[in-house]
Amino acid sequence: MDAKMETRQLGFYYGKRQALRNVSLKVPDNQITAFIGPSGCGKSTFLRILNRMNDTIPGVRLEGEVLLDGQNIYGPCVDVVEVRKRVGMVFQQPNPFPKSIFDNVAFGPRVLGMDRNVSLSDVVEKSLRAAALWDEVKDVMGKSGLALSGGQQQRLCIARALATEPEVLLMDEPCSALDPQSTLRIEELMDELKERYTIVIVTHNLQQAGRVSDWTGFLLLGELVEYGKTSELFSRPRDKRTEDYITGRFG
Amino acid sequence: MKSRYLIDRSSKVLVLVCASASFVILLAIAIFTLKEALPAFRQVGLLHFLFGTEWSPRNNEFGILPMIVGSIVVTAGALIIAVPLGIACAILLAEVAPVRVRQFLRPAVELLVGIPSVVYGLVGMVLVVPLIRHIGGSGYSVAAGVIVLTGMVLPTIISISEDSIRAVPKSYKEGALALGATHWQTIWRVLVPAARSGIIASIVLAVGRAIGEAMAMIMVLGNAPVIPTSILGPARTLAGSIAAEVNYAGGVHQSALFATAVVLFLMIMIINSVALIVLRRGGRVQSIC
Amino acid sequence: MSRVSARSAQKLAMVCIWGAGVITVFTVLSIIGYVLVRGLPHISWSLLTTLPKGGLSGEGGISSSIVTTFYLIAFTMVILVPLGIGAAIYLAEYAPDNKLTRLIRYGVETLAGVPSIVFGLFGFALFVTALHFRFSILAGALTLVCLLLPTLIRTSEEALRTVPRSHREAALALGATKWQTIWRVILPAAIPGIVTGGILCMGRAVGETACLYVTMGGSAAMPTSLLSGGRTLSMSLFYLATDTNAIEKAMAVGVVLIITIIVINAITNWFSQRFRARMAGGA
Repeated sequence: MDAKMETRQLGFYYGKRQALRNVSLKVPDNQITAFIGPSGCGKSTFLRILNRMNDTIPGVRLEGEVLLDGQNIYGPCVDVVEVRKRVGMVFQQPNPFPKSIFDNVAFGPRVLGMDRNVSLSDVVEKSLRAAALWDEVKDVMGKSGLALSGGQQQRLCIARALATEPEVLLMDEPCSALDPQSTLRIEELMDELKERYTIVIVTHNLQQAGRVSDWTGFLLLGELVEYGKTSELFSRPRDKRTEDYITGRFG
Repeated sequence: MKSRYLIDRSSKVLVLVCASASFVILLAIAIFTLKEALPAFRQVGLLHFLFGTEWSPRNNEFGILPMIVGSIVVTAGALIIAVPLGIACAILLAEVAPVRVRQFLRPAVELLVGIPSVVYGLVGMVLVVPLIRHIGGSGYSVAAGVIVLTGMVLPTIISISEDSIRAVPKSYKEGALALGATHWQTIWRVLVPAARSGIIASIVLAVGRAIGEAMAMIMVLGNAPVIPTSILGPARTLAGSIAAEVNYAGGVHQSALFATAVVLFLMIMIINSVALIVLRRGGRVQSIC
Repeated sequence: MSRVSARSAQKLAMVCIWGAGVITVFTVLSIIGYVLVRGLPHISWSLLTTLPKGGLSGEGGISSSIVTTFYLIAFTMVILVPLGIGAAIYLAEYAPDNKLTRLIRYGVETLAGVPSIVFGLFGFALFVTALHFRFSILAGALTLVCLLLPTLIRTSEEALRTVPRSHREAALALGATKWQTIWRVILPAAIPGIVTGGILCMGRAVGETACLYVTMGGSAAMPTSLLSGGRTLSMSLFYLATDTNAIEKAMAVGVVLIITIIVINAITNWFSQRFRARMAGGA
């Protein structure tokens, strides 16, 4: 498979506590990869490693390599801002800025200096269309991002992340704060987006993982227990622990 | 976009400089005040300065004991009245009064907190002093000073104490009521003790304001640099002493005023430290100011 | 404690509490009411626009004080606001847990407890004398900056800290640098709280007398530049009350001051409500 991102013997420590142990996997290009596992198994930590968000936490340590298009993003001369441009993130709780819808989406391009070469309104429209929000907000672009409903806010955050033209989109339990209808819309959105982006999601909702993802990884206590095509992992899990988790023997 | 990183790094330095300004100013105040005060200390001698009972610049006498006593007496007097009154009102506003009353009173209290001290001094001069004159003396007296100071610190104590009582978690109140305590028992035995650190902080703030008050005290105390012997007699505070004379003092006299400021500042530091100890022993440390 | 005595203790306590309330309300009303009653009749257009002419009967008006107060506050805020916000940004966003930070916080807290007259003496020694600014609006403004700095730092830092963490994370995840995050997201979100603090400082500045009394000189003339001496409104009140027998004029100035504080309080309340509403809508 074409690996957009890859981890090699990845280990991660919060101070003395080891959160991830020897995680090696390849994230395929233009596919949706989901990570499942019980609370505290390290899935959010893993996700945040992929765009170096854990750098903001003091006292953490990383072992191994994390490759984006074959290059280690934790290498010595790597520009972390560039990494975050290429690897975007959508958070669990929708967190639009207290600014207008337009300014929310335009934020990334503005701070990255992209607005020197392209028209901001074009970029904003493109991103909102990609996030399936354009038709609902095109007449109220000046309205505050906080005035939208929960599902709309999350799609706004997706549009905001897409505006920086990333190659990879990380989504940390993107639907857990939303109602079923909004969840459905976002899952449909993910399916459209994977044609242009590589998507990695973390979810505690097994059915969602089964519905949307192409590849799935099961993390337990910081270890990658199993990793493979979603259809195979869910119907014929190779590891007993995977089977136990999927069948609900523990949660 | 390399300029982005340049801006990022230089802005960190810029805000650090801004933050250090406070400490630099404090240091500058300490240095300048001490430097100007030194001649007086050298000429008069520390002990004679602190405990001398005669302040007469014309005769080269610089003893500030009368002012120290004056400051303490007036402040203590104000606290004796303002603390119980203030806490009672705080309880009233936080727990007892109906919503309508609170909606009217609370903004009034906040307004009072902001009224300039000279306005208090003016009312003191025009209302309180004549009233006290009826009882005895010239009216310009310790009693007038106490009343004016009480008026000044009362709003501060009320507003901060009320906030503290309101901030106590509802679970405490519900727990006490559920055990069968009356409303008053809940207030007195649970809420007020729980709000202790905020109430003490408000008192410390009030003391700071009272001891540091200069203009209003000049207006009602009579400014006689003598140890006050009766409530109806005149007095002078440290801060008032400085303000009253600094505009025309020179030489050693001026230096003595700076020395007075040093003493004033030290007194406030001591009070703040004592308060911090009291707060810490209560189990919760909070910023004094 | 028996039920009966607990109930009667409560009744007694409530009587005392309400008594305290009545006394306080009475005091409130009498202070403000007295000044208003005695001063309002003497507020006139001529009072506000004529120069004080001095003399024992306090002839003239307070126009120079109004102008002086205005210039003083404006110049103070111009220096105070960037300095205070800068310091608050450092403390809220950058400061690591080390000695320097503790020193800075110690400086801010201690400075907040220094009485106004001590600031006045300092201003007199440094700005008026050593730096040769002489009795001037400049010296007064610089002294006020020192006095108000801890307050502005504290309110601004609080405002910055109320901005939810998630905004910082979202901005960083989009590739913003730390300063961009602060300048474009956090600071704008905290503006209402910061403005509230700024207005509070202005209110305090209007009421300040002691530290200006010894740095501005008290001249009754209309100021011509920042280096002119002058008197503010509260200084005028003091001079009118103690040097002249124009008590009515002093009361009038008191009314002007009280109305200023009322307006400032109202603006502050409106702003802080808006601030709370904005934050409540956020994630």
